[in-house]
Amino acid sequence: MELEQEFARWREYASRQPAMAADDVAELEGHLHDQVADLAAAGLEDDEAFLIAIKRMGRVSDVSREFARVHSERLWKQLLPVAEPARAERSELTVVLALGIGAALVVRLGIALLPDEVALRLAGIGVLPFLAAYFAWKRRLRPAVVAVLAAVFVAAGLVLGLMPFDADGTTGVLAVLHAPVVLWLAVGGAYVGGEWRSQDRRMDFVRFTGEWLVYYTLIALGGGVLVGLTAGIFNAIGVDATMFLATWVVPCGAAGAVLVAAWLVEAKQAVIENIAPVLTLVFTPLTLALLLAVLGGFIARPRVLDGGRDLLVLMALILVLVLGLWLYAVSARAPERPAGFFDRLQVAMLLAAIGVDLILLVAMAARIAEFGASANKVAALGLNLVILLNLARSAWLGSRFALGRGTLAELERWQTGYLPVYGLWAAVVVCVLPPVFGFN
Amino acid sequence: MSAPLRIDKDLVAASATPLVLGILAEEETHGYAILKKITELSGGRLAWTDGMLYPLLHRLERTGQVAASWGLSETGRRRKVYAITATGRAALAERRGQWQVVSEALDRIWDGLGEIGGEPLLGGA
Repeated sequence: MELEQEFARWREYASRQPAMAADDVAELEGHLHDQVADLAAAGLEDDEAFLIAIKRMGRVSDVSREFARVHSERLWKQLLPVAEPARAERSELTVVLALGIGAALVVRLGIALLPDEVALRLAGIGVLPFLAAYFAWKRRLRPAVVAVLAAVFVAAGLVLGLMPFDADGTTGVLAVLHAPVVLWLAVGGAYVGGEWRSQDRRMDFVRFTGEWLVYYTLIALGGGVLVGLTAGIFNAIGVDATMFLATWVVPCGAAGAVLVAAWLVEAKQAVIENIAPVLTLVFTPLTLALLLAVLGGFIARPRVLDGGRDLLVLMALILVLVLGLWLYAVSARAPERPAGFFDRLQVAMLLAAIGVDLILLVAMAARIAEFGASANKVAALGLNLVILLNLARSAWLGSRFALGRGTLAELERWQTGYLPVYGLWAAVVVCVLPPVFGFN
Repeated sequence: MSAPLRIDKDLVAASATPLVLGILAEEETHGYAILKKITELSGGRLAWTDGMLYPLLHRLERTGQVAASWGLSETGRRRKVYAITATGRAALAERRGQWQVVSEALDRIWDGLGEIGGEPLLGGA
């Protein structure tokens, strides 16, 4: 009887370790039971046997730390490369708010001093260094790493600010859309504390990106509602607040929210962690349905492939969505869960996306051959190819995993290893395409 | 009874993976039995902190070198059973080659020491 209580006490203590799942505790407890039974059979009293078994098991906190190293996803936020001594939360919040206000001021200054399209082009360059600075402060980056990141930001700023983009051309728009990818990866460099080679840290950054997006969207939705209400009320009393809202509140809020969302992810508000699997669960079947409908549409009306000028761009966006869902699912997945129906569903989604994209690429290659290339087409085509390559390999590794022949680790390694490719392609679109197409 | 030979922590850590994989290569089994087998094989001289076996097993599972499934013990408790996979066998073969190189090199050193007299090196006495 007393022994059972001892076990219960041990179980309760072990269950409180965040790195140990219920199954792990059960496994260790089973080990203790076996050991106690063996020792008792050798003639020891129950309580003696229990003490010896506990002693041989080692300190629970030590074992838990080892578990944490294996299952870093269980507490990825506490396991960042630099073990941070508890800095007062208040001082962190102060830093975040100061950086957020800084980002907002820079954006506001840009709007006041620069032509609209230049301000828009430089918005990312104005805001993201503040986010990188936050992580540089938090992870205490080495000066060498800070110098590399600063060089990336300065170079991107010079390219975006000084290239003579044509005001009505597409290359400027393409640069605005692609530059954030490069800059975001630079933020990632700060996020991982300069350990860019570490696969685990990269995966942490993928998780961070997914959660940051969710938080940012939530903040944006809330902000949108507030702005709408404010505009409505001022309208009702006969004051037109639209200009003020559009040039002050919205841009400054959007810039500040970048920092606040990052801080929320860092502060480990456990709410979102439970949402990630749910989101992927809901949207994977829906996306699969969307892709099958598109596929059906192509087959029913093959002629649309010749007509739709924007199809390639839209398809690239769908692929980005599929890739995002897939990355999010991989990063949020508990690795100890065996492969199941949902993993197969995800592979089906990947295969459908690949199928749709291949049809489109063949059609578009013919179009480009016929009408010549434009910056838009080349950018969309390149993005399609970059993502298609990833999806094809993902589908292969994913189906191996879903059939029980591969491991999640292979999948993760492929995804994290591929991250720089996005940055490279985005850099090509920003730096190479504009001069090639005469900044049109 | 002579004092048990203390084996260096790093050496225990380095030999852990091949030991576990080697034991699993013979038959699939659970964690407690693996530890018992290691104690038996080393005559009790290779002492582990028992709890550390499990994170290691999970790491091997994650990298696909072992596969785990839940079964039942004789007493009816849930028990996690580990089996080696093809990847694990390949890794084991590789480790084996490495250990053989180390062990052969050390053997030659021990032989050489024997000729010049090993005793004084250990402090005379």
